[in-house]
Amino acid sequence: MSDAALTSPAFLALSGISKRYAGVRALEGVDFACERGKIHAVLGENGAGKSTLIKIIAGVVQPDAGTMRLGGSEVSFATPSAANAAGVVCIFQELSLMPDLSVADNISIASPPRRFGLIDARAQRRRAEELLAEIGCEDVNPLMRVRDLPLSRRQVVEIAKALGKKPQLLILDEATSALTSADVEKVYAMLARLKAEGVAILYISHRMHEVEALADRASVFRNGRHIETFDKGRRSTADIVQLMIGRDIAAQYPPKPSRGSPKPMLAVENLSWDKSLDGITLRVGAGEIVGLGGLDGQGQKSLLLALFGVLRGVSGQVTVEGREVRPGSPAAAKSVGIALVPEDRKTEGLMLPMSIADNLVIASLDAISTGPLVDRARENEAIKRAIARLQIKIGAPGDAVSTLSGGNQQKVVLAKWLMTDPRIILLNDPTRGIDVGTKQELYRLMRELADQGAAILFYSTDYDELIGCCDRVAIMYDGRIVRELEGDDLNETNIIASALNIDAAAPGTPGAAHA
Amino acid sequence: MLDDVAIRIRQNIGIVTAVLLFSILYLLYNLAHPKGFSSAVLVQNGDEIFALAMLAMAQTVPVLASGLDLSVGAVMTMVGCFASYLLTGAVDGTPLHLDIFGLQLGLGTFPGGISGILLGIVVCLATGALAGFINGCIVVYGRIQPIIATLATGAVYIGIALFLRPTPGGKIDEDLNWAMTNSLGDFAATVHIFDDGAASWFAPVAWIPVPFVLLVLIALLVWVPFRRSVLGRAVYAVGSAEGAAYMSGLPIDRAKIAAFTLAGFFAGCGGLFLAIQTSSGNADIPQAGAYTLNSIASVVIGGTSLLGGTGSAIGSIFGAMVLRVISFFFRIFDIAPLLQPLFEGLILLAAVSIGALGVLRVKNTLELFR
Repeated sequence: MSDAALTSPAFLALSGISKRYAGVRALEGVDFACERGKIHAVLGENGAGKSTLIKIIAGVVQPDAGTMRLGGSEVSFATPSAANAAGVVCIFQELSLMPDLSVADNISIASPPRRFGLIDARAQRRRAEELLAEIGCEDVNPLMRVRDLPLSRRQVVEIAKALGKKPQLLILDEATSALTSADVEKVYAMLARLKAEGVAILYISHRMHEVEALADRASVFRNGRHIETFDKGRRSTADIVQLMIGRDIAAQYPPKPSRGSPKPMLAVENLSWDKSLDGITLRVGAGEIVGLGGLDGQGQKSLLLALFGVLRGVSGQVTVEGREVRPGSPAAAKSVGIALVPEDRKTEGLMLPMSIADNLVIASLDAISTGPLVDRARENEAIKRAIARLQIKIGAPGDAVSTLSGGNQQKVVLAKWLMTDPRIILLNDPTRGIDVGTKQELYRLMRELADQGAAILFYSTDYDELIGCCDRVAIMYDGRIVRELEGDDLNETNIIASALNIDAAAPGTPGAAHA
Repeated sequence: MLDDVAIRIRQNIGIVTAVLLFSILYLLYNLAHPKGFSSAVLVQNGDEIFALAMLAMAQTVPVLASGLDLSVGAVMTMVGCFASYLLTGAVDGTPLHLDIFGLQLGLGTFPGGISGILLGIVVCLATGALAGFINGCIVVYGRIQPIIATLATGAVYIGIALFLRPTPGGKIDEDLNWAMTNSLGDFAATVHIFDDGAASWFAPVAWIPVPFVLLVLIALLVWVPFRRSVLGRAVYAVGSAEGAAYMSGLPIDRAKIAAFTLAGFFAGCGGLFLAIQTSSGNADIPQAGAYTLNSIASVVIGGTSLLGGTGSAIGSIFGAMVLRVISFFFRIFDIAPLLQPLFEGLILLAAVSIGALGVLRVKNTLELFR
């Protein structure tokens, strides 16, 4: 153990913190401390208690027991604004932006610059520009409405907003999950600067390589308890993963079967749309998992939406099992056997206030109905089967789907589509913000579906995942597919080089581009 | 720079559409009117527009915070009934008494003369704001949906109005009526300023109708500062994403109460003007209902989203004017009154559809649901 390393004075110190929700333990007797000028990673599966820990520190919920000390004196925050006032600022996983307000409005929302008692729009705009420049994202126009920005830019705004509050303790909860890799670099640089200025930073992420790159120290939580805190380099990735899930895991990714030439399932010919798709030609065979890679915003999401009938004015040809299709709506896409797990599960994937059961059957009501009436017996049977198949952890099927953890919510989205027996499954970054254990279940499930004959097109921002899961990866750049990688060519070096559309290492010489 | 302008126009396309629509309709109306482009027509139109424009502003604020206020018409009516007692302008004041279950309660004498009128105006506007404040408190502390809360309080306010004026009646000071519902020149002549309005420098503006001046003043002195205040910003934030507003440490309860209070104030302004204009108080239930529904229509035509978060009271003023100009056309084209609702409905549908045309240009259909 590395407890000796914890002797320097803590900036934030929790002792004996416990919290229960409706009798369910979320945190139990947690002792935890972090220091100024250190980036401290908090690791754990979903449901481990990380979110509750952060919410307590940020004043969103109050602990049932225990004390919290900040800078030596005991504190308790009744509201998020009380925490902000004490210098504790949190960037939550659920974005806290107001979509109808401008970027500048959002950044200064809590304490806008004022003149004669009224908000000074010009000063506010300058402030937004300064803060965005500090992160290196000057390309965001402060006048734009947040609604009109892509998810990755919204997260940048969220970070600028937090920065504007002059944090002493900055908490990032999956704050980089939607960022492009270029922006992630900028955020790292900013964190390094804050660290040098003596800010204490708590960093929550499910991306192990991020944690390895950034954190000076890490704490692992499991089942509401603090398991271990250790300094950088004291534990291997395998050790950490094992601490997090509390059981041994053999391999992260399921093995890829070797196949001859798969039966063609989905064929895309010269597909173009607006400015973001430019003559895409791609084939996905039955039983294949094909990845979509590249930097964020190179048209990968548009491609999935175009195939799912969401976009208007798409040109080109799409054939499913040799028959040309032209889906004009998601309903039409569904009827030819296409399913999409969308980018944002909270708004596009689920109806949050509705029950788990309702969400599961919503896409396949036809299959369980007799005439216009839903057959209750068949509905319940189908729900039971779906929950068992994906091992979704739920209280009761009648509970609102919003009560589930992120990973289990994503399972519901996937289960909903599996109930339609799709031939083609489109996945838009399905593991974003999901814990390691659930991720592995999803990988296994994808492979299982492919083995049963489905064609899977899988967009991910995580290169590791693409390499581990996919039979083949198509790299997109500026609306085109610039390269398809498979076999030994499918490695990080090639992915990064192709994503930047540069001629890098020759095939088979991994590592050459790392210099 | 050009980018910024483009962004601003795109973000305010609803308001721009309403202004253009009004300009075209009003130009056509004046061209078709035998006495078009005259101060007399303008004055008459101003009087007819003012109350609805105020109610449209009133409705805008709760809608921005994503809550409908179904009591604006009732507040207007109630304030009008108060005004019919307080603005008589009688020299020796007005004796007030309460008549409950045969019990006579003297309430003393409300002052008369010019100071009495000014005091009466303040009391009326305060009554409107108080009614709105009560709405806000019920919504925030009672945790009741705005639409239901204001449906109930609206009935209460109409009840108070009926209690005050079981039959139409009362009397408003004649000079006040004359001064407020005519041109600036008439106003000056009535209150004896600027050489009774004959001052030479005053002549270029003497033709402007008083209601328009009031409308601009209220917009500039009440709405614009509110919109630029922290509380006003919080109203937009609440309507846009209440959870995010809370997490940003905004005073969301105060913002909602402020939204309803301001709605009550604007509705009170409308009621006060309507009483002055008609010189009486009238607890007219159908009229209250019609004003409430028209206020919602005005808000929508003016480019404010019923989902909250985007729009402006200025847009709603133009929305109200569009709605009123439509009915002006009935007069000059002599269309049978029985056909009026039918045409009004069709034109309203067409006007709202213009705002929806943008939908056809959307290339990513997913954006339609955001």
